Amino acid sequence: MNAKHIIGMVMTVSLATASASVLAGSHDSKLEAKATAIIKRDFRDKGIAKADRVNQDALQAACSKYEDDVPDKLKAKLEAAQAKEIKWPADGKYMGDWKAGEKLAQSGRGMTWSDKPEDPAGGNCYNCHQLSAKEISYGTIGPSLRNYGNKKGMKEEVQRSVYGHIYNAKAYNACANMPRFGHMGILSEAQMKDLVALLLDPESPVNAK
Amino acid sequence: MNTDKLASMLLVLAFAASGAVQAEEKAVSDSEKIEQYREMISDGNPADFDEMRGEELWKKPGGPKQASLEKCDLGKGAGVVKGAYAELPRYFKDTRMVQDLESRLLTCMTTLQGIPEEEITAKPFASDKKPSDISSLASYVVGQSKGIKMAVSTKHPKEKEAYQIGKLIFNYRAGPYDFACSTCHGTSGSRIRMQDLPNLNTKEDAQTAYTSWPAYRVSQGLTRSFQWRLNDCFRQQRFPEPKFASEATVALTMFLAVNANGAEYAGPGLKR
Amino acid sequence: MGNPMKIRASVKDGVTEVKVLMQHEMETGLRKEADGTLVPAWFITEVKVQHQGRTVLEAQFGQSISKNPYLLFHFKGGAAGEKVAVTWVDNKGDTRTDEATIAA
Repeated sequence: MNAKHIIGMVMTVSLATASASVLAGSHDSKLEAKATAIIKRDFRDKGIAKADRVNQDALQAACSKYEDDVPDKLKAKLEAAQAKEIKWPADGKYMGDWKAGEKLAQSGRGMTWSDKPEDPAGGNCYNCHQLSAKEISYGTIGPSLRNYGNKKGMKEEVQRSVYGHIYNAKAYNACANMPRFGHMGILSEAQMKDLVALLLDPESPVNAK
Repeated sequence: MNTDKLASMLLVLAFAASGAVQAEEKAVSDSEKIEQYREMISDGNPADFDEMRGEELWKKPGGPKQASLEKCDLGKGAGVVKGAYAELPRYFKDTRMVQDLESRLLTCMTTLQGIPEEEITAKPFASDKKPSDISSLASYVVGQSKGIKMAVSTKHPKEKEAYQIGKLIFNYRAGPYDFACSTCHGTSGSRIRMQDLPNLNTKEDAQTAYTSWPAYRVSQGLTRSFQWRLNDCFRQQRFPEPKFASEATVALTMFLAVNANGAEYAGPGLKR
Repeated sequence: MGNPMKIRASVKDGVTEVKVLMQHEMETGLRKEADGTLVPAWFITEVKVQHQGRTVLEAQFGQSISKNPYLLFHFKGGAAGEKVAVTWVDNKGDTRTDEATIAA
C-alpha cells in the first residue's frame, strides 16, 4: 500500500466516523439498552460458543458505544486498565521459535462454534497482516509487518512491546481491531513468544531480505 | 500464480518500499479472475434450480393444512411476489413486527400451512444432505425482484427503530476476539487474506453486497439465504449462534437493506 | 432419473450456441464425511448432445468436474424451432435427457 493510499484510507475513516457520530447524535441510552436486551435474548449456545459471549466487558461496551472512537480521557483510562492486566512471562524471556510462530500465524482456526474444544486456536495473523514475503495471501485490515524486525531491532524493550501488543493490543490502543490473545486466553505464553520471534528473529521469513 | 510474476514480486519486495503496491495489483487481478469466472457462468447460475424448487413449493399445497403459499402476504398484498423482496424488511400489521423475507415466510408457513415453527427453525439452512424448504422459497421470492430498485422504508416508527437497533448490532463488539460486524466491514478497501471486504457503512459497497445475496456458493455447491449469510458471519465473529429469523437478525438486515436502497436488486448471486 | 437440466440454445449466423446447466452431485469418491467414512463416487461419465437426431457433441466427464456442471459449446448448423437434446449418464448407470428448442 503506498502512502497516498494510506492517506486516502485515513481520510475515509475519519469522515465515516464523523458522519456516524452526527447520525447517532447524543447517545440514545434507551435504544442502546433495548438493542443489548435483544442481543442477549436472540443468541444461543452452539458448540463451544456459549450465549454468554455476547456479554460485554467495559472495554467492549465503550468501543461499541462510541463506534471505536472513544473520547481521549476515557481511552487513556481503558488502556491503563488493560495494561495492568498483562501477565508478563515469569522467566523474563519474550522470544520463542519463529518456525512455530509461522505455523500459528498461518492458522485462522479457533473459538468458532464449528471448532471442537480440543482444536488448538491459531494466531489468525495472516488474516489481517502481511508477514513473510513468501505468503502472498494476506489480509490488509492490520498494518503490514513485513521486515518488522529489520526496522525495529531486537532490543529487550522492543521484544517486550511486541509481546504486550500480542497479549493485549487494547492496552496500547483501546479500540484496536486486534484480538487480545493473552488477555482472552486464546494463545498460551509459549505461543505468544513464538509469534514475537516470528516478528523479530533475523532468521524469520518476516525479516528475510 | 505464475512463477515469473512471483519472482518479480519478490524482487520488488526486496528492493523497494513499494512492494505492497505490486502485491495489491496481484490481488486485483485475482478478484478480476473471479469476476471473469462469475461472468462466464452468470447465465448458468445453479441458484436457478433452487428458485425452481422454491416456486414449486410456493404453489403446491403443503403442511398439515394442505395449503399453498399463494395467499402469503409478503407486504405488497396476498400472493404478490413480484418486487416484494426489494421492499423487505418491512413492518407487518398482522404480526405487529418488522420482518425480513425469511421471518415472513416462517409466518406464512406456520399460519397458512400449519407447519410447526420448531420444525422449520430446527434446520433452516440447506446442507449437503438435504435442501431447506424455507431457503428454496426465499430463492424463488428474491428472484422475482431481479432488476427492481431496492426501496426499503423507514417511515413506520418500528421500521426506523429496527434500522437504529441494526446499526447498534453492527457496531456491537463482544466475544473472545472483541469483534463487531464493523471490525471487518467498517473500512473501505481492506481484505481478509485474499477476500475483499465490503464496507457496509458506505452506500456503494452495501449496495453491491446486499443485492448479490442470497447466492449460490460454488465452494459449497449450495444456494445460501441471507439469514445464512448473517449466521456464518457471526460464526466467524466468534459469537454464539443468532436464532433464525430473530429480531436481532431482522434489525441487522434492516440496517444493511436500507444502506443498499436505490440499487437494482441482482440476486440470487454467485459467489466463490 | 436425475433432476432436470436447464438448456438454452440460440442460433446466429448459422452457428448454434448451447448452454447446459446440469444438476448433479459429482462426488469424487475421495471425500470423507466428518466421521471418516468415504462418500461413494457418484459422477457423470458421459454427455451426449443431439440435434435433430445427429450427434453434435460427445464428452467424457469425470471426478474433476464440479457439482452442477455448466457446459457451453457451439455447433455449425441448426435453425430456430429445431430441437437440441442433451443426455448424461453417470457411474451408477442413471441417465437423464432434456430437450430445448433453438431460439433465433
